[in-house]
Amino acid sequence: MKTFPIGGIHPSDNKQWSKDKAIEVLELPDSVAVPMIQHIGAPATPIVKKGDKVLTGQLIGEATGFVSANIHSPISGTVTAVDMLPNGQGQRRMMVVIKREGDEWVETIDRSTELKRACTLEPKEIIAKVKEAGIVGMGGAQFPTHVKLSIPEGQKANILIINGVECEPYLTSDYRTMLERGEMMLVGVSLLMRAISVDRAVIGVENNKPDAIAHLRKLVADGAYRGIEVMPLKTRYPQGGEKQLIAAVTGRQVPPPPALPISVGAVVCNASTAVAVYEAVQKNKPLIERVVTITGKHLKETHNYLTRFGTPYSTLIERAGGLPEGDVKILNGGPMMGRALVNLSAPIMKGCSGVTVYSDGDALRGVEQACIKCGKCVNACPIGLEPYLLARASKLQKWDVAEEHNATDCIECGCCSYTCPSYLPLLDYIRIAKQTVMANIRARANKK
Amino acid sequence: MNELLLTALTLSVLGALLAVILYFVAQQFKVREDPRIGEVEKMLPGANCGGCGFAGCRAMAEALVSRDDISTLYCPVAGGEVMKAAATYLGKAAPEKKPQVATLRCGGSCQKRQKTNKYDGAKSCAVVNTMYVGESDCAYGCLGYGDCAHACIFGAIKMNPETGLIEINPDKCTACGACVRACPKQLIELRKKWPKDRAIYVACRSRDKGAVVMKACKAGCIGCGKCAKVCPFGAITMDGSLAFIDSEKCKLCRKCVNECPTGAIHLINMEPLAKEPKEAKAPAAPAKEEVKVETAK
Repeated sequence: MKTFPIGGIHPSDNKQWSKDKAIEVLELPDSVAVPMIQHIGAPATPIVKKGDKVLTGQLIGEATGFVSANIHSPISGTVTAVDMLPNGQGQRRMMVVIKREGDEWVETIDRSTELKRACTLEPKEIIAKVKEAGIVGMGGAQFPTHVKLSIPEGQKANILIINGVECEPYLTSDYRTMLERGEMMLVGVSLLMRAISVDRAVIGVENNKPDAIAHLRKLVADGAYRGIEVMPLKTRYPQGGEKQLIAAVTGRQVPPPPALPISVGAVVCNASTAVAVYEAVQKNKPLIERVVTITGKHLKETHNYLTRFGTPYSTLIERAGGLPEGDVKILNGGPMMGRALVNLSAPIMKGCSGVTVYSDGDALRGVEQACIKCGKCVNACPIGLEPYLLARASKLQKWDVAEEHNATDCIECGCCSYTCPSYLPLLDYIRIAKQTVMANIRARANKK
Repeated sequence: MNELLLTALTLSVLGALLAVILYFVAQQFKVREDPRIGEVEKMLPGANCGGCGFAGCRAMAEALVSRDDISTLYCPVAGGEVMKAAATYLGKAAPEKKPQVATLRCGGSCQKRQKTNKYDGAKSCAVVNTMYVGESDCAYGCLGYGDCAHACIFGAIKMNPETGLIEINPDKCTACGACVRACPKQLIELRKKWPKDRAIYVACRSRDKGAVVMKACKAGCIGCGKCAKVCPFGAITMDGSLAFIDSEKCKLCRKCVNECPTGAIHLINMEPLAKEPKEAKAPAAPAKEEVKVETAK
């Protein structure tokens, strides 16, 4: 069975807590705060003001520049504020606050549940629709999808890879999406193939999700979806990383940044993103909701909810029966890539695939000790970096050393910190080095 | 015996020959350097802190010697006396700058600013700052992991575990600015150094609105603007909901200190003005009365 060539870890997947919970529709929130930045790139510009009436699916934030994404209203009601408000990490971001009045949708959106397979649109039209709908990568990175699909002049894609890996422990939103919204996803995949003019697509699914593999294979076997293949992959983190997935599926290695996956002819999209593309192209529905897992070992209940963006994290926590006693850590995402939350009244965004609650001793990190030079982090790094060295260089602010040892190639998967027996916060330091080195490189380029 | 003599003779001749060659080579490839650079470098403190903006004291000395106008160059560590001496030596006009001292513009100690979460990642302000706002609700306050203290090569900055804030020793501080660059929240400012280390400054940089500040911290500037109205020298300006005291214009009259409802204006090494006269003894301070009326408007 295929997987990526170097590094990686295999943490216990802990998906049993929520994997059998069918997708439920979360009741609409009374009020939402919609951040104008829910993607990588330039923040959107709010085009509504206080007192405006908005409908569900109406454009409220316009993309500024090419690498940016539109933002639509997830509910209908009145705008009560356009202000800088704290996000999940407490950082102030521009948000549009909307108070809900009923649930009136924009007329052009087709709300029927009937599956619409046929599509005669040109690739350009599909990309335009994806852009219009404000679709971003829903695996967590939140990279605008239309940018990915707009293949630069002189380059050509020959394979579309769909990320159904969900290598992150605990999370089950992509898994449930593949099981329950599989047909929608496959239509979405066909549309994506059309958009980038390729005749082959591979859906990578890890083999800890056998029923998803079986279900998708059955659907594909129908013959309605030509060129789509479901490929089981050996369970290993971080297989969902773009480069790792390309290496696992095709054996091709993406060169270090600034090279993009397209340089080896591959385009990667997340499974949930494919569903969003289906809805945007066939139903004119902008990206205003997604499946979010709320999970944790000590929660009273776990769920997979279809959640409108802007719903506060606290609503999900309430639905799970509240927080457990003692020290808790609430993560936006899974335990490996997720960011801890300090502000639960902050809104859920496009990249939030789940909320994981850690408690009962799991919440705290181990006590930091000296590096014993065991080299476990080097073995675990899927890029082939030397995390102990980079972390040390970063701590001593030797940015030239960090640059020399390719700090900018780090994908921030956290395998090094996970595997360190001395509980060193390796990734924390490497992240700083990566940012500083990138800034230095940019500064040098500007000087020239 | 003959062999011994021959050896000595050969080596001597060879030595003399090589000496002559070396002499000419040395003349040919001589690095011509202004001897004044070395002299100026000796005058400088040799801390190589980078406070002047150059890579080290040598680079600074080179700049002092080579530039015609040295008014923009200044070594904060050595101070005015040394700069004057160097300028006199070089026959140029001495750069002038008043002495400065680093000041922490945050008053959110553990007692005043409640912790709302616990951080257990890498102990570095820079790391915390990339992840989130810090352990309190204030998005602008001191993170308390002492990146500035690590950056200070003069040992002027110490962490006070009781308040969770740093303390700057004005005697050791040379205003080199390393801490200013190290602080990811831009909380350290170089301010005018008064005699006896007196100081008045707004110990807050929160740009949040008053209500938000009050909720997060009991010592924050809520942007009421009372201090700006009471200042007779126009030294206090309001930028949004944050007051700023210009240390060049401030005359240490201390009127603003009593006006501040949250105690965000810190008064160092000075007695505050008596509070009573403002309320009770009207004739004692007629000027203040007028100001108060303005405030009411």
